[in-house]
Amino acid sequence: MALLTCEHVSLGYEGTPIVRDLNFSVEAGDYLCIVGENGSGKSTLMKTILGLTPPLEGRIATGDGLRQTEIGYLPQQTPVQRDFPASVREIVLSGCQNRMGLRPFYGKAEKALAEENIRRMGLETLADRCYRELSGGQQQRVLLARALCATRRILLLDEPVAGLDPRVTAEMYRLIDDLNKKDGITIIMISHDLSAALQYADKVLHIGHTVFFGAKEAYLKSEALSGLTKEAAE
Amino acid sequence: MSALFEKLAASLEFPFVQYALIVGMLIALCSSLFGVTLVLKRFSFIGDGLSHVAFGAMAIATVLKFTNEMPLVLLLTIICAILLLRTGQNTRIRGDAAVAMISVGALALGYLLMNIFPTSGNLSGDVCSTLFGAFSILTLSQTEVWLSVGLSLLVVGLFVFFYHKIFAVTFDENFARATGVNAGAYNLLIAVIIAVIIVLAMNLVGSLLISALVIFPALSAMRVYKSFLSVTVCSAVVSVVCAVLGMLAAIVADTPVGSTIVAVDIAVFLIFVLAGKLKK
Repeated sequence: MALLTCEHVSLGYEGTPIVRDLNFSVEAGDYLCIVGENGSGKSTLMKTILGLTPPLEGRIATGDGLRQTEIGYLPQQTPVQRDFPASVREIVLSGCQNRMGLRPFYGKAEKALAEENIRRMGLETLADRCYRELSGGQQQRVLLARALCATRRILLLDEPVAGLDPRVTAEMYRLIDDLNKKDGITIIMISHDLSAALQYADKVLHIGHTVFFGAKEAYLKSEALSGLTKEAAE
Repeated sequence: MSALFEKLAASLEFPFVQYALIVGMLIALCSSLFGVTLVLKRFSFIGDGLSHVAFGAMAIATVLKFTNEMPLVLLLTIICAILLLRTGQNTRIRGDAAVAMISVGALALGYLLMNIFPTSGNLSGDVCSTLFGAFSILTLSQTEVWLSVGLSLLVVGLFVFFYHKIFAVTFDENFARATGVNAGAYNLLIAVIIAVIIVLAMNLVGSLLISALVIFPALSAMRVYKSFLSVTVCSAVVSVVCAVLGMLAAIVADTPVGSTIVAVDIAVFLIFVLAGKLKK
């Protein structure tokens, strides 16, 4: 059974749809990249998958024992976070909230999980540092470690390399690829960066004037791609 | 110098001074705990607006000749806090315009009411003590003392119990909601607690100076400390110490309690700014 199924979904703001009748499914182990022009509804789709905004029509269902609150999420950074006084460890720990219920304090299991993900992202030496003093790439790794605390199975990444320099961007993509190939974590990534999407992803969802969902190989030959590249060329 | 200490020692023997110190410390503690969240969530303007609402509510309670004004003021301020939070979430109405409307409106109507239905010969004195606190902390009734102590302890308890959830919602509301934290409920809780703190703090520093009590200790702590926990603990300590120093200074020097506390807060803030610069 698919981890995530999207059936006849329409997305939009205040009743006006931007995307109609969207159908796709995500299987365990997939690396899906969502591409499309600005304003095509990529971010709205992501919020709908997370259960933050309801779809106008249709439904998005999780399967295979995955609960909607068990989706790890790497959001784009907000201005509030840039001057937030918090240590790396505090932020990573906050990813464990979905297993807390009404329990007020973190236990041994949560602390161990946080430490494990701090190590996994290579943040051991930074664990007590203040988040706002880190570089952009380091901050992204902290938020990735937090997302990994919330999930063992599926990660949703919203423009994970926005604002990073080319070297750090490459590192970030390698890190995400490792999580997919070595740890078997399903990846759904929104990206502007078409070349990287086509390098790493194995499935593509293109939304906009034309909608495409399928394997990367098929996408390379499709009309949706030529539409996007033509627009980029203009 | 020794004359000053004698005056202080003599004052401290009065029960009402002891009550004032205890209540003042507790109020300073509560207000500082939520300061960081308020500053970071850009909620500080709501705090400011609500303090004016509390003034209007106080005027209504005075005109109606309530013997105990706090419950009515508390109720009205909480209702306004919930209303303001709702309009803030509605993108079609500008949140800050709504705050400005409600707060200035409450201020004007409150003053108007107090003028039309004067309850004592000293109107400007009444208004001044509501706006700037003056000596109201020293004239609390027995009921008000216990109500203040109870509410303060409740606020501290709620903060400790929901500490990690408040952190999650403040740092990243979308992530918190995506992972199943009911962010709307916590925002509501934060708004209601802010209203409670404002009504409490009104007795200590008056409605115009409440924001200072909430914001200065948090901003001071954020200059020097780097983690949420250390910032929270530091701002609580700073706030309580400043409140005690301010109250003692006010007793000795016969100055208004509220503005003396805020003056101490400002001095400490400047010291922390300097310390933050030196640390780098």
